[in-house]
Amino acid sequence: MAQPNVLTLTGYGINCDEETKFAFEQSGAKADIVHINDLIDGHKKLSDYQILAFPGGFSYGDDTGSGNALANRIRNHLWDEVQQFLEGDHLAIGICNGFQVMVNLGILPAVNGNYGDRQVALVHNDSARYLDRWVDLEFQGKSPWVQGVGTISVPIAHGEGRFYTTEDVLQTLNDKGLVAARYVSGDMCDYQELKSNPNGSLEDIAGITDESGRLIGMMPHPERSIKFTHLPNWTLLKEQHKREGKEIPSEGDGLKIFENGVKYFK
Amino acid sequence: MAQRIEIISKNGDTRAQVRKEKLNLSGFSGQITDVQLVDVYTIDSSFDVSQLDRVASMLTNPVTQEAFLQQQISQNEFDWAIEIGYLPGVTDNVAHTAREGIEDLLGVKLGDTEGVYTSQVTYLSGTLSREEVTTIAGSFANPLIQRISIKNYQDFQGQGMDVVVPRVKLNTLPGADLVDILDASDDELKVIGKQGIANPDGSRRGPLALDLIYMKTIQGYFREQGRNPTDVELESISQTWSEHCKHTIFADQMDEIKDGLYRTFIKASTKLVRKQKGDNDFCVSVFTDNSGAIIFDENYLVTDKAETHNSPSALDPFGGSITGIVGVNRDAMGFGLGAKPIINRYGFCFADPEDTSLLYKGADFTQQMLSSRMIMDGVIDGVNVGGNCSGIPSPQGFMVFDERYKGKPLVFVGTLGLIPKESAGRLSHLKEAKPGDYAVMIGGRVGKDGIHGATFSSEAMDFGSPATAVQIGDPITQKQMSDALVKEARDLGLYTSLTDNGAGGLSCSVAEMARECGGCYVKLDDVPLKYPGLEPWEAWISESQERMTASVPKDKWEQFSDLMRRRGVEATIIGEFTDSGKCVVEYNNKTVMDVDMDFLHDGLPPRPLKTTYTKPIHEEPVIPTLENLTSSLHSMLGRLNVSSFEFISQQYDHEVQGGSVIKPLQGKGRVNGDATVTRPVLDSDKGVVISQGINPSYSDIDTYHMAASAIDTAIRNAIATGANLEKMALLDNFCWCSSNDPERLGQLKAAVKACYDYSIAFGTPFISGKDSMFNDFKGYDAEGNAVKISVPPTLLVSSIGVMEDSSKAISLDAKVEGDLIYVIGDTFDELGASEYFAMVGEEQSGKRYIGNNVPKVDVHRNKNAYVALSQAIQEGVVASAQSVRIGGLGVVLAKTAMGGKKGIDVSLENISQNTSRDDFTLYSESQGRLVVTIAPQYREQFEATMNGNSICQIGKVVNGDSFVVKGRDGKEIINTNVNSLLQSYRSTFEDF
Repeated sequence: MAQPNVLTLTGYGINCDEETKFAFEQSGAKADIVHINDLIDGHKKLSDYQILAFPGGFSYGDDTGSGNALANRIRNHLWDEVQQFLEGDHLAIGICNGFQVMVNLGILPAVNGNYGDRQVALVHNDSARYLDRWVDLEFQGKSPWVQGVGTISVPIAHGEGRFYTTEDVLQTLNDKGLVAARYVSGDMCDYQELKSNPNGSLEDIAGITDESGRLIGMMPHPERSIKFTHLPNWTLLKEQHKREGKEIPSEGDGLKIFENGVKYFK
Repeated sequence: MAQRIEIISKNGDTRAQVRKEKLNLSGFSGQITDVQLVDVYTIDSSFDVSQLDRVASMLTNPVTQEAFLQQQISQNEFDWAIEIGYLPGVTDNVAHTAREGIEDLLGVKLGDTEGVYTSQVTYLSGTLSREEVTTIAGSFANPLIQRISIKNYQDFQGQGMDVVVPRVKLNTLPGADLVDILDASDDELKVIGKQGIANPDGSRRGPLALDLIYMKTIQGYFREQGRNPTDVELESISQTWSEHCKHTIFADQMDEIKDGLYRTFIKASTKLVRKQKGDNDFCVSVFTDNSGAIIFDENYLVTDKAETHNSPSALDPFGGSITGIVGVNRDAMGFGLGAKPIINRYGFCFADPEDTSLLYKGADFTQQMLSSRMIMDGVIDGVNVGGNCSGIPSPQGFMVFDERYKGKPLVFVGTLGLIPKESAGRLSHLKEAKPGDYAVMIGGRVGKDGIHGATFSSEAMDFGSPATAVQIGDPITQKQMSDALVKEARDLGLYTSLTDNGAGGLSCSVAEMARECGGCYVKLDDVPLKYPGLEPWEAWISESQERMTASVPKDKWEQFSDLMRRRGVEATIIGEFTDSGKCVVEYNNKTVMDVDMDFLHDGLPPRPLKTTYTKPIHEEPVIPTLENLTSSLHSMLGRLNVSSFEFISQQYDHEVQGGSVIKPLQGKGRVNGDATVTRPVLDSDKGVVISQGINPSYSDIDTYHMAASAIDTAIRNAIATGANLEKMALLDNFCWCSSNDPERLGQLKAAVKACYDYSIAFGTPFISGKDSMFNDFKGYDAEGNAVKISVPPTLLVSSIGVMEDSSKAISLDAKVEGDLIYVIGDTFDELGASEYFAMVGEEQSGKRYIGNNVPKVDVHRNKNAYVALSQAIQEGVVASAQSVRIGGLGVVLAKTAMGGKKGIDVSLENISQNTSRDDFTLYSESQGRLVVTIAPQYREQFEATMNGNSICQIGKVVNGDSFVVKGRDGKEIINTNVNSLLQSYRSTFEDF
């Protein structure tokens, strides 16, 4: 298969569906935006897709806990389809609110294969306030999503992104290499003089995978960092490149993640 | 039976920690040792324990929370418990989601008498008196929409907090009443117009805001009909004729201006500019629709609209501002066949948040107004929730502070939209409801919230201002509706026309659309209600949020209704569009409204207005000359009107939708910029540049120059960021005061005249606008004395520009050491009503100085400079640019340096020809000026491109941290460093 089909979920307040679809298309995938009710009604079938993307947004306005209400809707109506999909050789990614949905649905990290069991939580930032800023992320682990990504800069935008779990689960995540991304101090923290961990996340955890590595979730938004002009410092970099006679880049770091997803099927 | 489900965090709730820190900062320092929060769901249902268990586990995150069912959490150690919940009928979004989830989980539908309600208990530990706890509770609850119950540990023991079910109970049998006006005396008509229709118990329903001359016209109409009007008719006419909807002050004759201000100045100037532009006219829809629209590219139009939501924000800051932002989102959705909201903007005018003096709406210390700080926090939070939850970036905005915004804050909210030029084979900016189309209400349901919003905002706020005017938005319901309409139904061609339900609710939206076909018929029984028992007039005029009205052809209804059902969006046929020439409304098989469309829309009589104008003369301030201006610059950067509002920029998502190019915080130093750039089409480099200009203090000297400066500033900010004059349009928002006072109208006339003069001269057409004419507070001060607080006449001008290539956009930060710093434009002793005079006045006498020499706009000179600078930016020779605004060159130079975290070394020597002293050169607010930095190798090219304009190289960007400014005689007047400037700049709102 050369070109995977991506299902970008929408509905009930998901709002990053268009740019997430676009990021996948830029990476060579074919992508559709599908309303969750069309899956529930059977108008659309998850089995027609290879990648399932849970985009960012404010599903149900974060009411009853971010991601919780949409996860409940999926659990009540689509659990079998989702489970079947995840058993196949497929990929799934959750970004921001999509990550919160995956965690509440218990498909991440699902240690010991316990899909459906809520093992970690994303709770109110330590500032107890919504925060939009850039962070540096160090990707690690064996997940196909993170290969060769290294340390990149992307924005976060969330009110409930503080990663939390029990000591046991944390130990397992570390032992099994399921921490996919940590907040670190890199180019962007240096540029804007910001602390590396934006929300008080445990052990600076920004993203995790399941044990297969095919499922990944992260609070930051790589789809908002796919163009050079997305970067907060692009006007400075442009001047520096120009004066050094260098070519001005056109892409942002975040694209690599989507490309990895597409590459998995090549 | 109602039962509480209480949810508590197992491992520390940051909301509680932050609340504790804030309380300790707000004067309870050290008194509060612990704060805990418990979220409460009160379920009023017949569920059994096993069902409730399932509900509780659905509402709980097992990793971090525990749920307690049917029992109160008995905290081991606390001194006080404060529970805050909503009053009956107030929108409770979390409860709404919980209810939907419960119904989905259990496969049941809750009945009319069942319900889900949320509340929150704050447990405080510490030595606090009941009075102090009451103060604390008051600082996070608003009694107009929330209930507060307080218990100390003893009262709490054994029984915990009470089970409260805030169900709306309306006992009357709804029906329309006749209002006896046929034989009413003028005095009776006046009372009805001012206080509203009488209830059976003698109380009044709230303002119709109809003058005697309007009431007499209505009386005349119904005398002709030979009958009295119903309350539905009178309320409906009042909504349609309100200042808020008809803008009579702009429409009626004013002095010698026969056709009124709007037609003579605003509309006429746009017409003229469009004509002058000829083939380059980019306007598509101006002033006729919910938003204005210009061409974006060959496929798309971009729409823009700016609104205000002042009166509601004074009473309920959060509710007022969230309904403001989601309301103006619907002005995008309600443009043409429906535009997708793509960018929000905001602007807040507040009183100093540290001003703690009390105000009361009522005599004898009754109806205390919220504190300045609570208003500020609530307003900021409302736009946060409204914008973020809707997935619309809110990159650009401002705050202005003046003590005269204490009675009523000004809350400006704007939304840009994107719409394909064609949709389902139709030109998307045109719409027409056809006779026979169904009138369909889409989105939320109708409640008592938001009754009399349009008429209430058309009057000054006083003791009679109704509490039901307050409402809370539900952005998710609206987001679902928005997606279903503008991303699906529109392009399937499922409706012929669409408009939003804003001011006046259905009475305005249906009647407005009915103009397109010539009539309508509505059956109010079919309007979906939040709770039973609403009177028909209430259902007709309620401004309950998140609703649109569409005209759906009968043969499309099935498809439309099926789509809406599948998207979880409620859509209901409430009537039909007709060509009867009448607006007919039925309720309970009776006709409750039957009014000619002509009378409804055009029956209001003109009220010729007279104005006067007195030029104010202020004392010219005497300011000692200082050799060293270093500390004055630090003070200036910490001024409320100048300092960083990073805390807002960071809490408003400005990157969602993936098109952010120039962000609200720029450079290494994260400095607030004056304009932002966004790419609204993901695969295109074209950008939209937006900015705003507002200078209300100048109104104290001259409203004509105030308006001219606002226009020049809005344009100049955008130019600095990469926009060009050829593709730039403007929006006006007038927020005036006491608009029945001829003197205020005289000031208005001058300001509108300036809009005409400058929009034509700059070639920048106004495409949309809005006015709010009575921003006055009438009440009582802390001593119980009657006071009237009027906002300074305020004009916000918003600019929107289309940029061919957004990768040529410019940020404000200095980039590379050695770059040359230029000032474009001339500096004069124009410090009248400047921030510098205000600062020195406050320091010296506790009261701001005003002076007389207000900045004036030389449009010819400025325009040439802007065109040349746009050219230089296109050529790629400009490294940074920034418009000189409030606080003058001093502030701009500091921002350039702080943005880049680079030192600068400049001299004012060569730009002091027209100024008398160094502090005036530094802080003058002369318009038309910009500061740019240029790489040395581009010096010649830049100077050649700018040839013929006033430019002056004043110094360089330097390596390191030092910030040095030399005065007219070459001596240092400022010597400081960039880090300490940043500290001053960030200090004011550090704890916000």
